[in-house]
Amino acid sequence: MKGWFKSGSPWVWLSAAAVSVCILLVVALLGLIAARGLVFFWPKQVLQAHYQDPSGGSYRLIGEIQDAEEIPAGRLRESGIELPGDEDSYTRYLIKTGNRDTLGMDFRSVLPDFMEKVEYPAGLMVVERREWGNLYGYLKEVRENGQTVAQGDSAAAELQRRLERALELFGRIRHIEKDLIGSINYQLEQLRLEERRLDLGGDHDPASRAAIEARRKDLQDRYEELQKERNDLFPQLNRDSFTAEIMTGQLVEVPLAKVVRFYFPNAMGPLDKIGHYFGKLWEFVSDEPREANTEGGIFPAIFGTVMMVLLMSVLVTPCGVVAAVYLREYARQGLIVRLIRIAVNNLAGVPSIVYGVFGLGFFVYFLGGNIDALFYPEALPSPTFGTPGILWSSITLALLTLPVVIVATEEGLARVPRSIREGSLALGATKAETLWRTVLPMASPGMMTGLILAVARAAGEVAPLMLVGVVKLAPSLPLDGNPPFLHLDRKFMHLGFHIYDVGFQSPNVEAARPLVYATSLLLILVIVVLNLTAIRIRNHLREKYRSLES
Amino acid sequence: MYENSTNIPAVDVGALQGGVSSTATLDDEKIAIEVKNLDFYYGDSKALKGIDMVIPENRVTAFIGPSGCGKSTLLRCFNRMNDLIDDTRIEGEILLHGQNIYHKTVNVADLRRRVGMVFQKPNPFPKSIFENVAYGLRIQGINDRRRLAEVVERSLKGAALWDEVKDRLDDNALGLSGGQQQRLVIARAIAIEPEVLLLDEPASALDPISTLKLEELIYELKSSYTIIIVTHNMQQAARVSDYCTFLLMGELIEMANTNTLFTNPQQKQTEDYITGRYG
Repeated sequence: MKGWFKSGSPWVWLSAAAVSVCILLVVALLGLIAARGLVFFWPKQVLQAHYQDPSGGSYRLIGEIQDAEEIPAGRLRESGIELPGDEDSYTRYLIKTGNRDTLGMDFRSVLPDFMEKVEYPAGLMVVERREWGNLYGYLKEVRENGQTVAQGDSAAAELQRRLERALELFGRIRHIEKDLIGSINYQLEQLRLEERRLDLGGDHDPASRAAIEARRKDLQDRYEELQKERNDLFPQLNRDSFTAEIMTGQLVEVPLAKVVRFYFPNAMGPLDKIGHYFGKLWEFVSDEPREANTEGGIFPAIFGTVMMVLLMSVLVTPCGVVAAVYLREYARQGLIVRLIRIAVNNLAGVPSIVYGVFGLGFFVYFLGGNIDALFYPEALPSPTFGTPGILWSSITLALLTLPVVIVATEEGLARVPRSIREGSLALGATKAETLWRTVLPMASPGMMTGLILAVARAAGEVAPLMLVGVVKLAPSLPLDGNPPFLHLDRKFMHLGFHIYDVGFQSPNVEAARPLVYATSLLLILVIVVLNLTAIRIRNHLREKYRSLES
Repeated sequence: MYENSTNIPAVDVGALQGGVSSTATLDDEKIAIEVKNLDFYYGDSKALKGIDMVIPENRVTAFIGPSGCGKSTLLRCFNRMNDLIDDTRIEGEILLHGQNIYHKTVNVADLRRRVGMVFQKPNPFPKSIFENVAYGLRIQGINDRRRLAEVVERSLKGAALWDEVKDRLDDNALGLSGGQQQRLVIARAIAIEPEVLLLDEPASALDPISTLKLEELIYELKSSYTIIIVTHNMQQAARVSDYCTFLLMGELIEMANTNTLFTNPQQKQTEDYITGRYG
């Protein structure tokens, strides 16, 4: 036993155990998030049952089982439910019944013990709508301008055909509204600002006024043209509708303009389900959110996150590198430099929300306010940069991650061997030339390490962003087709904030919960991709500037 | 490695190789560098004490002496490499062609262009072979590819490396062997055509065959450059140098024609050292 202790194997085992625990935790975390998040997109069977409500009444129940939990019998009895058996606990289902427009709520808790005649009819249809959530029911008729054009078995095929047309029209209208009219509105706003600038400048040159007026007239004409085109499309879009019988037996008419897709989950084969699954997954990563972020995709959030991180990297790298070069190469090593180093290291420990407060107070209100007063007086009192936006978010996070970049770059600089520097100096290079041509390239893997750490930290940061630029729903991306293309003053969406918003601020918590998992998974993926890219670059640089074996 | 050191001076190396005659003295030579009463301090400790010497032009001068005697420190004074070390101080003068290199108006970068240096351990930059040799020129703002290619070829030929690397000039220099790296570093140094070449134990990290090549190279370079070599291998000093300087504890003990120094040392300490009585 004593020999065993002396051999060191207990420590080996202990270390191995610690590593195993860590790996298990990571796997469990990823596994849970992936399982919960990815299952969400799989089409669930829709059940139909006769429900004998223990609190009175009976009705037909149609919906998806969303969740199941064990409830102690006592609690159920307390709430006045008479239970038939005498088990300690009963299973309770959370059933998504949809049809919020008629039923008033999406979800309902039921006890399976009171369900009778549970079946999964192939004719049950799920319709995803742009408003009011899903519809569950039986397709009855397809209508054109109120006239029935198809019913019974042929209705589904007809509906599919007409839905494709409606989606195409919807896409066109959206393109007109969002891209074309959006662009015109943007240009009109620019014109208004230009005019105001002339007013403020006391410039009364009639020629420039006339030019502005002419351009405005031109834009307005085009606006009206588009408006007309759009208005012509609307009746076409609203031409078709369908009716469906929902669980209460009511007949509901839904215009196709409000439909995203429909499917018959109980009739789907495995291949159909896989197709549907990937379709939904693609929608999730490529589309915009609907219904207060509880439906649709999260593309703007992915875009905002990546763009903010990239902007931050662009800002933090030069600052951090220059600071590190000064501290390591030029500053006289003494008390002051030691104090600065301590201060830099302590900055890394400041809670991130404090950076948010600082960003709001200094960057947004002070810097942004002054920029507005100096360069954008025409837009006042509505602020341009004096309001939270992606630029201030990036700068705040750059400040937050500056210490890691400085420390890592300093380490990279320290690793460049003295002999290389002397070799360069002996060839008549000055210190600056030596730094620029030899030392900095060789220290670049260190800089990349700093950047990797910075990205990892910044991409997951939410708290400061809530103060300096993130919003629940941004009307437009910070990068679009309107010059100057990159709109640093705009607010943006962020995956981390999206998780918080969907999970805690959503009006429909039950519907949003799976999205929290799915979004978390995506956030992890985004960070992993960003990090892997940086790591690949670093390894490439390491290979290139592999230093001498000393 | 070779035979006993006392037997070496029996051969008149310089005369055999057609160099400086074994009887030539410093008075016959043109002077490239003159050192006048040089003191050097690391902090409070005095590393060089009142050095007075001359370095003849287009000759190989060797500094020998036991470890820690100050020969590398003295060498590094010639291109002011010691400036880079904190807390050092120098007194006295070093005249390069009559101009004091420690004068306030001297631009150190310019000085180092005139006085090239090769270090103990090969220190190529982690760049291609071509870029290593072109480095000094690029520093001077020469970026014309044809001009660079010309100089790179000439320098690599001058350093007897061209034939070995001409097909892979764009490969990383770190892929070369130690001996090749050391010759590359010499090519890099002579690419900017210095007047003086300082070699700080250039062969100490090399195998015997690379050492031999390097010594042949030094002999070739002698016609164009004033060379100062630091070595603690006395056979090497005897083989490659025309003049030899013996340093001990920061003091210059004796400087003379290599043959004279090895066959007929004037000082007791020199004799003790070359016959192996010092470490």
